[in-house]
Amino acid sequence: MTTPRFQVQNLSLERNGRPVLRNVNMMVAVGEIVCLLGPSGSGKSSLLRCLNRLTEPPPQTIFLNAQDITTIDVLALRRRVGMVFQKPALFPGTVADNIAYGPQLDGRTLTSDEIIELLTLADLPPDYAQRLTSELSGGEAQRVSIARTLSNHPDSLLLDEPTSALDPAARRHVRETIEKLRQELGLTVIWVTHYMEEVLEVADRVYLLLDGRIADEGDPEHLLGPESHHKTAEFAAGHLE
Amino acid sequence: MLENFPLDQLSRIVAALALVFLAAIISRWQKLDLEKDILTASVRAFIQLIAIGYALTLIFAIDNPPAILFLLTVMTLIAGYTSGKRGRGVPHSGRVALMSISFGAALTLGLLVALGVFKFSAQQIIPIAGMVIGNSMNVCSLVMGRVRDEVNGRAPEIEAALALGATGRQASHPYLRAALHAGMTPIVDSTKTVGLIQLPGAMTGMILAGASPLEAVQLQIIVMYMLIGAAAFTGLAAVWLTYRQFFTANQQLVLPSL
Repeated sequence: MTTPRFQVQNLSLERNGRPVLRNVNMMVAVGEIVCLLGPSGSGKSSLLRCLNRLTEPPPQTIFLNAQDITTIDVLALRRRVGMVFQKPALFPGTVADNIAYGPQLDGRTLTSDEIIELLTLADLPPDYAQRLTSELSGGEAQRVSIARTLSNHPDSLLLDEPTSALDPAARRHVRETIEKLRQELGLTVIWVTHYMEEVLEVADRVYLLLDGRIADEGDPEHLLGPESHHKTAEFAAGHLE
Repeated sequence: MLENFPLDQLSRIVAALALVFLAAIISRWQKLDLEKDILTASVRAFIQLIAIGYALTLIFAIDNPPAILFLLTVMTLIAGYTSGKRGRGVPHSGRVALMSISFGAALTLGLLVALGVFKFSAQQIIPIAGMVIGNSMNVCSLVMGRVRDEVNGRAPEIEAALALGATGRQASHPYLRAALHAGMTPIVDSTKTVGLIQLPGAMTGMILAGASPLEAVQLQIIVMYMLIGAAAFTGLAAVWLTYRQFFTANQQLVLPSL
């Protein structure tokens, strides 16, 4: 069996004395797209933030390519495991400034060809490089934030509801961009979403979180199929809010 | 020691009290409900200032370095405590304020003495320290509040930068500049307009005490320069110590909302 990209083992987490994650176990294979589902406050974002140590997980609970992530240099880990947030949170300046930011931290200067290549990967025209970030639409800004994350050449992407603030057309465009990236770059993707059409279209596997626990896990067609009695189907039908 | 109190000054104070009573009457007439506060504040100011007057007389008479250092320490502790209370929402704000003010004030006063601008005597150092520490306290409160607001308001951008491999310092750097700017602006602005809009306290005091205006302005120029230095030193220390309270050693942003 090949080494999984991510392995989460008995991960429990508390915040202000309140349990946020309870004994979570999860496995994500290389090149897989896994969707995390669950009601608000169920722990999806907390789990995602542990994977790049924006929140510190306990030692020996999360492994990246079989290595405990708490033993990896945290800045190097975050370059390998990129993250796209619900809000694009672009920095003031041009699109090119934003895309060049990550490599610059690592002492590398991107050439204009490299910036255009990253824009193309994120489905943005080359002339967007010199646009000011304040002039972009929500969907464009989110695709710039994807290009900005890709500039570090990550092998995995954590997506924290990146389409939830977008209109349906922009949402579809971002979704198609991510799918294309998985195919072209072989990225492993862990995606927090609450759109079922997104799950059915992109997910190889699904984990359902309820109250900090993994309540369901499996193939989305199976879990969300018409005859399904799984908790994921109940959640999709709005019975588990 | 009471017999040393200049009684002719006391009669002037009593005369000036007429203004307080007039203010209290206006408050009652306009239903501002401030009469009690006005009277309490006036009594407190009288007692506090007379007490510090006697304390200073005593310390000036002793005039030995440990006594001066003791008084400077007490002043700094009070300033740190006051500024720390203003920094609500900044973890360990009291410690941050005390360290920033101590650093800014010690460096400023140390340089003034080392450069021979003032002697390390009670009569020179204590009034000067009062101005430096008071100014540092204001700068520190401003900077801590601004860093807190910037870090809270810019949390999405800061986390985006952290997720790209930035350290806490790199991620918050653009917003820290704004905080230091905010802390230093008041003293820079008042230095620009000094003498044009109002005569500052030290200068007014010297002129009222009989010094020539040219002597008074010399001291005032030194005071303004020293306050700019104190603001820069304290502001820099406060920015550096405050932002660090919001990040862990593993470059994670710590906010109650996260």
